[in-house]
Amino acid sequence: MSKGRSGAGKTFERIADVARSQLAVAQQARDTGLVEQLWTEISEAAGDFRGLLRDGYRMPEEELERRVEHLLGNKNLNEFGVDPFGFSPDYVRKIFPVVEAMYRLWYRTEVFGIENVPETGRCLLISNHSGQLPFDGAVIGASLLLDRDPPRMIRSMVEKFATALPFFGTFCVRCGQVTGLPDNCRRLLEAEESVLVFPEGANGISKPFSQRYKLARFGHGFMRLALETNSPIVPIAVVGAEEQIINLGNAAWLAKLVGAPSVPIPPLALLLGPAAMLPMPVKLRIYYGEPLSFEGDPNDDDAVIALKVAEVRRAIDSLIERGLRERRGYFI
Amino acid sequence: MPRRKRERTVVITGIAGRLGHLLARRLHRIEGVKVIGIDRRHFHRRPKDVEHHRIDIRRKATEDIFRTQRVETIYHLGLMHDPRQDQGEHFSWNVVGTQRVFEFAQRYDVPKVVLVSSADVYGPQSDNPAFLSEDAPLLGAQRFPQIRDLISVDMLAQSYFWKAPELETVVLRPVHILGAVKNAMSNYLRMSRPPTLFGFDPMMQVLHEEDMVSAILTAARPGVRGVFNVVGPDAVPLSRLIALAGRPTLPLPHPLAPLVARNAFALRLIDAPAAELDWLRYAVTLDGSRIRKLLGYAHSYGVQDAVHAALRSDIFEGDAEAGSRRTAR
Repeated sequence: MSKGRSGAGKTFERIADVARSQLAVAQQARDTGLVEQLWTEISEAAGDFRGLLRDGYRMPEEELERRVEHLLGNKNLNEFGVDPFGFSPDYVRKIFPVVEAMYRLWYRTEVFGIENVPETGRCLLISNHSGQLPFDGAVIGASLLLDRDPPRMIRSMVEKFATALPFFGTFCVRCGQVTGLPDNCRRLLEAEESVLVFPEGANGISKPFSQRYKLARFGHGFMRLALETNSPIVPIAVVGAEEQIINLGNAAWLAKLVGAPSVPIPPLALLLGPAAMLPMPVKLRIYYGEPLSFEGDPNDDDAVIALKVAEVRRAIDSLIERGLRERRGYFI
Repeated sequence: MPRRKRERTVVITGIAGRLGHLLARRLHRIEGVKVIGIDRRHFHRRPKDVEHHRIDIRRKATEDIFRTQRVETIYHLGLMHDPRQDQGEHFSWNVVGTQRVFEFAQRYDVPKVVLVSSADVYGPQSDNPAFLSEDAPLLGAQRFPQIRDLISVDMLAQSYFWKAPELETVVLRPVHILGAVKNAMSNYLRMSRPPTLFGFDPMMQVLHEEDMVSAILTAARPGVRGVFNVVGPDAVPLSRLIALAGRPTLPLPHPLAPLVARNAFALRLIDAPAAELDWLRYAVTLDGSRIRKLLGYAHSYGVQDAVHAALRSDIFEGDAEAGSRRTAR
C-alpha cells in the first residue's frame, strides 16, 4: 500500500495504524501482568457486589424520608411542589432507587472528608470533571444526600447543551440542577444554597485516556462569583471516573455534526457498538478538601483572578494525587 | 347637582380586545375618570359612559381626540399579534401605531403612556437564565421573525425615556396571560389535546387576566416610569398546567413537530406558527421582583384560577373585522 493515493486508502491506513498500536498495547499489557491484575480486581469487585446485594445496600425507608424532609425544610416550594428553578422533591423520591443503586452498587462509592461541606449557608463546590458522561455530578449529589449527616442538597451548573436535551434536560431540572449561567449561580448562592461547578467544563469531561487526571484549563467565572457573593470554596476530587469509559480521542467532526461539545471514541465501540458508552463499574472515591476563602475585587484583572484559581486547582490536584495513591486498582 | 371632581380623561387603544375591555370596565367605575377608546373594531357590551372611536390609530382623525381633550394617560394595548395577518400590515400597524401614540403624547402634553409589551420579546432559548430581568437582551426574533415588530415597539417606547424625559413611559412585559382571551397560551390550553414535545417539560409562568389589569393600573400611578416584567404566581411545569386543564396531551418528537405544526397551521387546524413550538421546549421565566418591590404590585389569582379562567365557556369574541388581535401574551 503506497501512502497518500486516495482518501479511502488513507482512512484504511489510519485504521490499520490504530489497530496495530492497540495490538501493541494489548501485548504490553499481557507482558506486564495487567490482564491478570484486572482479572483479580474484577472478581474481587464482583464479590463486593454480591455481598452488597445479599446484605442490602438500600437506606431504610424512614431514614431516607427523614433526610428528604430535612432538605425540604429550607426550600421555597410552591403549591405544586416545585421551586422556581424547577426542582421537584417528589421527582427525586421517585428516581431515588436508581441513583442509590448506581452510587452503592455500580460505583461502590467511598467518600472522604465530607464534613468539609458546611452544614448551612452558601458555598461553591468545585470539582474535577471526568468520565465522558456526567455521572460524577450525580454521585457528588448522592454522597451529600446519603453520606452526609445532616444531608445537604446541591444545585449543579449543567452545560447548556445538556439542559436542552429531551428527557435528560428535564431530568436535570427536576433534580434541582440548573443551566450553567453566572446569573443562575449568583441567585442560588444568594439564596444560601450549595452550588457545584466543574470549572473545566466540557473539556474536562471529554479528556482522552492519555490525559486522565490531568486537569484541563479552569474557567475563571466561579472565582469571580465566589468573590462577589463572598462564598467559601470546597475543593472536590472524584477519583476513578476517568476509567469508566475509555476514550481514545474526540471526533471533532462528529461532535460538530450532532451539535454536541464533544464525542468520544471508545475502543470498545468496535466490539460493543453504542453500548461502549455505558460506564464500567469502576470504584469511585470522592475527596472533599477543606474550605478555602478568598477576598478581593470580583472585577479584578484576569491575571489576579488566575492566581486565586490556581490555588483551588492545586488543592484539587493534591486531592487527586491522594486518591490515586490510596486506591488499589480501577475496580476495588 | 352634586359637585363633580375635575374629570380625568384616559385613552385606551385596542379597547375592543379582551384586556382593553376589562381595563375600561375597571377604569370607568372610578369616579371622575372619563374613558375614551380607540379601536377599529366594534366595542361589544360597551359601558354607556365610555366614548368609543372606531378609527385606525394611524389615521389623521385620531389626532382630533387629543386636540380637543386633555388626556392624562394613554394605555396602549392596541398591538396586533395575528400570525395570519399580512406581515407588512402587521408591522405598520404596530410600529407606526405606537409611534403615533408617542407623538400625540408629546404634542399634546399627555403626561403618561403605558405600553403593554410581552415576555415574547425575550424569546425561548436553551440558555435563558431561570430569572430573566428587565435588562436581559430581547432575543425573541432570533428564531421567530414574526415577533420583530413587537421588539421594535418595545424598543421604540424605551427610546422615549431619553427622547422625552418629561413623559412618564411605562413598558409592561407580562408572562402568559390566561383568561377568556384569545392568545396563544389560552388557546393552547383550550385545545382538546394540547401537543407537547416528547421529553420536554419547561417551567411556565401564567398570569390571570384580572391580575394583568391590576398591574396596568398599578403602573399608571403618577411618578411611575420604566420597564417592568409582570409575573403572577411562581412558575410551574407545563405538564402541571395541562393536568390542571384536565386535558390529555399529544406528545410529538421534537425533530418532527415543526413539520406537523407547519402543516396544521396551513390547514388552519391550529393558529400558532411552528416557531412558537419553542415555547413548549425552553423555559422563559421572568424575574418579577422589580414591579413588586418598586410599586408594591401583588397578584391575587393563583395558577389554578388562571387556568380555569382560560377554560371558561364565554370566550371573548372580538369583531373579526380588524383581524383577531391576540392581545400581548
